[in-house]
Amino acid sequence: MQTYLDFEKSIAELESRIRDMKSLESGDEINIAEEVDRLENKLDKLLRSTYAKLTSWEKIKVARHPDRPHLSDYISNLFTDFMELSGDRNFSDDQAIIGGIGRFNGQSVMVVGHEKGNDTESRIKHNFGMARPEGFRKAVRLFHLADQFKIPIVTFVDTAGAYPGIGAEERGQAEAIARSTEACLDVKVPLISVIVGEGGSGGAVALAVGNKVLMMEHAVYSVISPEGCASILWRTSEKAEDAANALKITAQDLLKLEVIDEVIPEPIGGAHRDHEKTMKSVRKAIDNALLEFSAISSDKIMELRREKFLNMGNVGL
Amino acid sequence: MNWLTNFVRPKIQNIIGQKSETPDNLWHKCRNCGQLLYVNDIEKNLHICPNCDHHERIGPTERFKNLFNNGEYKLVDLPPTNEDPLKFKDQKKYTERLKAARNKSEFQDAIAVAYGKMGTVNTVVAVQNFLFMGGSMGVGVGNGIVTAAEKAIEKKTPLILFTAAGGARMQEGILSLMQMPRCTVAVQRLRDAGLPYIVVLTDPTTGGVTASYAMLGDIQIAEPNALICFAGPRVIKDTIREELPDGFQRSEYLLEHGMIDMIVHRAKMKETLTQLLSLLVNKAA
Repeated sequence: MQTYLDFEKSIAELESRIRDMKSLESGDEINIAEEVDRLENKLDKLLRSTYAKLTSWEKIKVARHPDRPHLSDYISNLFTDFMELSGDRNFSDDQAIIGGIGRFNGQSVMVVGHEKGNDTESRIKHNFGMARPEGFRKAVRLFHLADQFKIPIVTFVDTAGAYPGIGAEERGQAEAIARSTEACLDVKVPLISVIVGEGGSGGAVALAVGNKVLMMEHAVYSVISPEGCASILWRTSEKAEDAANALKITAQDLLKLEVIDEVIPEPIGGAHRDHEKTMKSVRKAIDNALLEFSAISSDKIMELRREKFLNMGNVGL
Repeated sequence: MNWLTNFVRPKIQNIIGQKSETPDNLWHKCRNCGQLLYVNDIEKNLHICPNCDHHERIGPTERFKNLFNNGEYKLVDLPPTNEDPLKFKDQKKYTERLKAARNKSEFQDAIAVAYGKMGTVNTVVAVQNFLFMGGSMGVGVGNGIVTAAEKAIEKKTPLILFTAAGGARMQEGILSLMQMPRCTVAVQRLRDAGLPYIVVLTDPTTGGVTASYAMLGDIQIAEPNALICFAGPRVIKDTIREELPDGFQRSEYLLEHGMIDMIVHRAKMKETLTQLLSLLVNKAA
């Protein structure tokens, strides 16, 4: 059963009509085929036009869509020989952040990213992608491990934010995020970050300080959730849509602000409608990004990354 | 809170036009114990309540005067920022909020940087200013941190940073979030140059500020009873729907949990920092 978003009503109707048509057993088969063709053309046009002009608020819904590819999908489609590495060596293994070594086009890479989970059980296991300090400390460990063995790093960012809980605060959530950001800036191997869904505040930035920051066409990346921003600045979370517009959270805005380097195109109707095409698109973008750094010295790779982030904030809209 | 306090009292206050419970300029009411204090007295006492020892939030000028030898220092110029980079508007325009904050402050943004001598050691001190838009970190504060680190590197001195912030400045959106890695680079440059970076956490230090340069000090100090956290107590309470432990996220709690090196009373701050700087810088016997 597909999940439709509230702005997809006419899309849902069309798709349901197409399904009904296709399930018609017999009758005038040529006429049915023609009608299906016509409806599919119409659907294609509708999806294109709807997704070409998504508002910030609609993009948030797309970015949070439950069928959108998650880290586990990217790992199984883009990498071979993947071996998960667990634990922060201090307290526990936080499954909100998953990491490990695998091969990308034959080359060893370190993969680290948020995992939100796909059903109730896995969402609980992964804490909905909201990491605790142990998750960030695992990331730090894996970043340094990659650096030690000169293995490039690819991170996948998809989180509503770091987990706000007593235990998380008690064990130094703030320090853990700070150290993860710092580790991103310390490594001398290429670090490529892909914002695949939601880039929520500090919990996102802790994994997103890359030589190249790539962002999916309908992903969002923000300092605070629009709901949170609205409840502070407008004093009601009902103004979340206004906050989403004001905050400038879309890939298109962030490219203008030079916060990200590239927008990765999504299939017509969003990544959740076609995982295979999404994977192709992401694979190509990561491949190009890694290639760009293959001939650059390790010191230079780190310095370029630091320079880039030292200049953040010079460009306005 | 009831009908009387929410509705009737504000209405009466509106009618008689009284805006604060104490006359401005002359008296200060302690935010902790409510004691009325003569302003001159609390200023002389480093803005610490003599009754309950509450450390009142103070701005850069008060800090600088308290810290440097004979209260003598030079302010470091900060580069101008790209004003209102997102053309942000909530119920008010960001440019209006900035203007109002500047009218009330002697500074252009929520940070000031100074250079001077503490004991025998030349030092750069940066102070975040909670009284300016909640000390929030945008590109302007980022500029302050980066400039302070550059100044310390140029003069080969340590950097002491007093943090105070409600978090990132939402009106600068993603650009304020980007100040986290940006300021982290500034700290790394300082470290590469072999210079000490001392952080003094003051009330309150929260959000993206805590989750970046405020937790990366070589030495971490806090003033007593300061709120220091990533997620604020209200957010946590709303998430987990449980009562929070006593003293949660206060300096003493952080010390107990191994997050900071020491808690230093404001009256001992100058002495402590001076001694620490001397130990770190004047190393020979």
